[in-house]
Amino acid sequence: MENLFNRKYIIQGLFIVVALILLGQLFYIQVASDRYFLSANSNVLRKKYTFPARGVITDRNNKVLVQNEPVYDLMVTPSLVKPFDTLALCRIIGIDMDGFHKRFNKARNQSKYQRSVFEKQLSVQTYAALQERLSRFIGFETQNRTVRHYPDSVAGQFFGYVKEVSDKDIEESEGYYRPGDYIGKSGVERQYNDVLRGERGVENTIYNARNVPQGSYLNGKFDTLAISGETLVSSLDIDIQKLGEQLLKNKVGSIVAIEPSTGEVLAFVSSPTYDPNLMVGRQQGNNYMDIFRSPNRPFNVRPLSGYYSPGSSFKPLDDLIALQEGVIDPNTTFNCPGGYWAGNHFVSCEHVDGNISLRKGLARSCNTYACYVFQKLMTQKKFKNKIEAYDSWSAKVRKFGLGSKLDLDMPFERKGRLFTSEEYTKRFGKHWGYTTVISLAIGQGEMSATPLQMANIMAIIANRGYYIKPHLVKGIGEKKEVKKEYLVKNSVDIDAAHFEPVIDGMQDAVNAPYGTARASAIPNIILCGKTGTVQNPHGKNHSVFIGFAPRDNPKIAIAVIVENAGFGGVYAAPIASFITEKYLTGKISGARLAQSEAMKKIVVLPDVPKPKIKWAPKSADSAAKPVTTLPATPEHKIATTKTTIN
Amino acid sequence: MSTQQGSRFFFNVDWITILIYTALCTIGFVNIYASLYNPDTSAVFNFSSNYGKQLVYIITALILGFSILLLDAKFFSVFSPVVYGITMLLLMTVLVVGRKVAGNQAWIPLGAFRLQPSELAKFGTALLMARYVGNFNPKFTDIKSIFFAGLIVAFPLLLIMLQPDTGSALVFLAFMFPLYREGLSGYFLLIFLGMIVLFIADFLMPAYILIPIIAVIGGFFIYQNRRKQKMMFSMILATVIAIAYLFVVKLAYDKVLEPHQRTRIEIMLGLKSDPKGAGYNVIQSKIAIGAGQLTGRGFLEGTQTKYGYVPEQSTDFIFSTIGEEWGFLGCSVVIGLYAFLLLRVINLAERQRSTFSRVYGYCVASIIFFHVFINIGMTIGIIPVIGIPLPFISYGGSSLWSFTVLLFIFLKLDSNRMGFI
Repeated sequence: MENLFNRKYIIQGLFIVVALILLGQLFYIQVASDRYFLSANSNVLRKKYTFPARGVITDRNNKVLVQNEPVYDLMVTPSLVKPFDTLALCRIIGIDMDGFHKRFNKARNQSKYQRSVFEKQLSVQTYAALQERLSRFIGFETQNRTVRHYPDSVAGQFFGYVKEVSDKDIEESEGYYRPGDYIGKSGVERQYNDVLRGERGVENTIYNARNVPQGSYLNGKFDTLAISGETLVSSLDIDIQKLGEQLLKNKVGSIVAIEPSTGEVLAFVSSPTYDPNLMVGRQQGNNYMDIFRSPNRPFNVRPLSGYYSPGSSFKPLDDLIALQEGVIDPNTTFNCPGGYWAGNHFVSCEHVDGNISLRKGLARSCNTYACYVFQKLMTQKKFKNKIEAYDSWSAKVRKFGLGSKLDLDMPFERKGRLFTSEEYTKRFGKHWGYTTVISLAIGQGEMSATPLQMANIMAIIANRGYYIKPHLVKGIGEKKEVKKEYLVKNSVDIDAAHFEPVIDGMQDAVNAPYGTARASAIPNIILCGKTGTVQNPHGKNHSVFIGFAPRDNPKIAIAVIVENAGFGGVYAAPIASFITEKYLTGKISGARLAQSEAMKKIVVLPDVPKPKIKWAPKSADSAAKPVTTLPATPEHKIATTKTTIN
Repeated sequence: MSTQQGSRFFFNVDWITILIYTALCTIGFVNIYASLYNPDTSAVFNFSSNYGKQLVYIITALILGFSILLLDAKFFSVFSPVVYGITMLLLMTVLVVGRKVAGNQAWIPLGAFRLQPSELAKFGTALLMARYVGNFNPKFTDIKSIFFAGLIVAFPLLLIMLQPDTGSALVFLAFMFPLYREGLSGYFLLIFLGMIVLFIADFLMPAYILIPIIAVIGGFFIYQNRRKQKMMFSMILATVIAIAYLFVVKLAYDKVLEPHQRTRIEIMLGLKSDPKGAGYNVIQSKIAIGAGQLTGRGFLEGTQTKYGYVPEQSTDFIFSTIGEEWGFLGCSVVIGLYAFLLLRVINLAERQRSTFSRVYGYCVASIIFFHVFINIGMTIGIIPVIGIPLPFISYGGSSLWSFTVLLFIFLKLDSNRMGFI
């Protein structure tokens, strides 16, 4: 028989073990895990948010382009709702009974005790009607919000749009965003979202177990007021932006205008466009789909994502490089017999001018001249081989911003295209030379640029050798801060002296009787420019014009592209000249006003026949003609099919 | 002479136990105050409020306790059958005239107060059990003595089950410990433990896995005892009974237990989650306790407590207030006090010369132990919700008085340990 006295220890031991089990579980829920602690706070605290107004966006002259309009979200706290005249509520906010039940059940499933959105973004009118009866709809209340309003209905792609945050946005914001917040989804709204969004205000209220408010948490220690977003002064000039959109109406294309001295983007037109007001309010989703599905993709931001071969508008750049390299001087002439033989294929010219110099070559957009310049550049003695020659040349071209992003302050910029020598070797094998890539001489072939890049090249020429990164925002907030990078001059390493002869040619292109854009000359203003008629593998040629004005102390550099519109001198040049005149003088004078009005009405859409234009010049521009090709050796085959003559 | 006698009385009383008792009562009052706190009517001596009432209960309990110390120690032994008889009568009375509160017919209304006979039955049973063991000195090796002891416990247990108040009835299982101390085979405790383990295992795994496991374990012991024929036979029997038990308990579970009891068990085992319904209490209690973290939110600073998130917080769930406002450290102090009290009572019981006093002491410790374990275990989710109070701390006169009487009778017996009963 065991000693029963020892059983005392077994019983005492059991007591101790049980005490330790209890302490272990307590340690887990109180110290090791914070799950219960967090649940306790969500039990008691209800946060009521007040939403900030987004920052206003103005044009460069402080005219308000984007403002805020009050709307009202109808909120419901399901547990507080008492029976009421549901039909009356449905009538006021314009929903049916099914819609009512759907919304109410959704809110109830979210939480019975927390308030949630019943119907979003009621207009002021609806709100007024609702407000009169709101006291009868117990459990319902309204919450002030603001949405965007665009008084001028312009620059949709520039501003972008604002939308409720998605689950992904919330996740990526690491707790900043909550469902129901707004976020800039594209354009400036997206790029400058952090500046524009402001700060949400919050009120912490304690609730007891029966969901009755018990006053503010810690006397409002953690409560904050909503802070509106900062004002953004955009670089746009609303007058030329509007004019640009009107001129490109019913056409597909793009206009970018830059102030050369600052790099500020004055106009940012992408056509077709849409009324930004469509992307606001209860119909946002439907309108989005309509715009998304409509032809020629209005959501495509062409100024920075459209790829166009620069065509002849590339010629001034190549001439500048040649002058700097010393392979030509302003008086060098080449004989133009109406074309240029590159190896065994022929780049044709519209005219037969005999000996032609830099100035005339630019004014008349002579392909032969351009090809000789390119030939000279690529066959300099200092290079050991063609690869070195090409690398040297392409490096100089890249300095002008081709083939890489200009780092515009807007999302989704594309970098354009310029082949490296490796890419050519990969494509053509070892045996390729300047004749293979002769298309580059006239801005075709493996070269494409965005309208922004083209306008920036004009800014470089206007500045005689440098550019400031183009940007869309002039100043941020009260102090109108400017980012430091927008004060830096980026040199292209071409001596200023070399610009004058090239600019002479560009001046003649618009102002000389034999210029390709002579119909677009502006009285009393020297517009310097270059037309381009760009081959487009998908259809009719694109009409391109790039230029700047005035010649001395230039105020505006511009690139205009009208897709599938043919000659550069017919559409792009006049449009550029109207915008330039409007910007410099505030109006379009004389007969040109009627011409601009006529331009607004012209429809040039893909697959739509091009109408005859009375005032258009008889193609002084070298016509885009199919390349005359001799039976091609395999070496040249691909390059030649790409070549278009201008 | 009276002073001499008085000082002798109090000299022998175990003041340490009384100190712990007082500490627990004070902790109870402070936390009841916190859980019922209302900034508008916060006077401590507001006797219309429940914390004011608790203060009255504590004072009367102290008076009651010290009155017991003044009684003759022999009284309890002599009158134990009478006390037992009266409590059993009350238990029967309550079934007839009792008032239903929360589904249990457990209360007899007595003017302003309500009497809960099941509370009285605990020390009534303890006294008679002590008397039985003290008088007859059974060793619980024979069926007859086990039967008699079982009868003493089973009578009040069944009467309470009829109320039905399963929680209070369960506490009567605590009498296993004193019987074990007095010689009841340890197998009874093991079998009891095994029944609980099998009951839980039955929920957590399907029968086709559980039965082979039992068979394998059983087989192992049968093999071990293959040379001892009698042991081997017992093992085979145990294995068969264990498997049969599985089916019986399942049946009993479905037929005998009330739906809400089944739900509570399933929630505790994590088989069911019903945060808005039956599980609400436990979840809120765990949240409140968890919110206390290491050091607690501080007195009257517990938001879950202040804003009424835990139902029954001043009574059965009082521990959640302690957890939230005093944190893990506060909980450790309370559990430490209970552990110290229980070990102390056992030590005191062992120094008794009379079997009556010793058995009674074990009964006291075991009853308090059951209450503490079940109550705290329930508030932190390791035991299904069983509505029994936390001794000395929970709000309520009946409970406080009966625990006071339970403990102070033992202190009286202990103070008189040199005398004969």
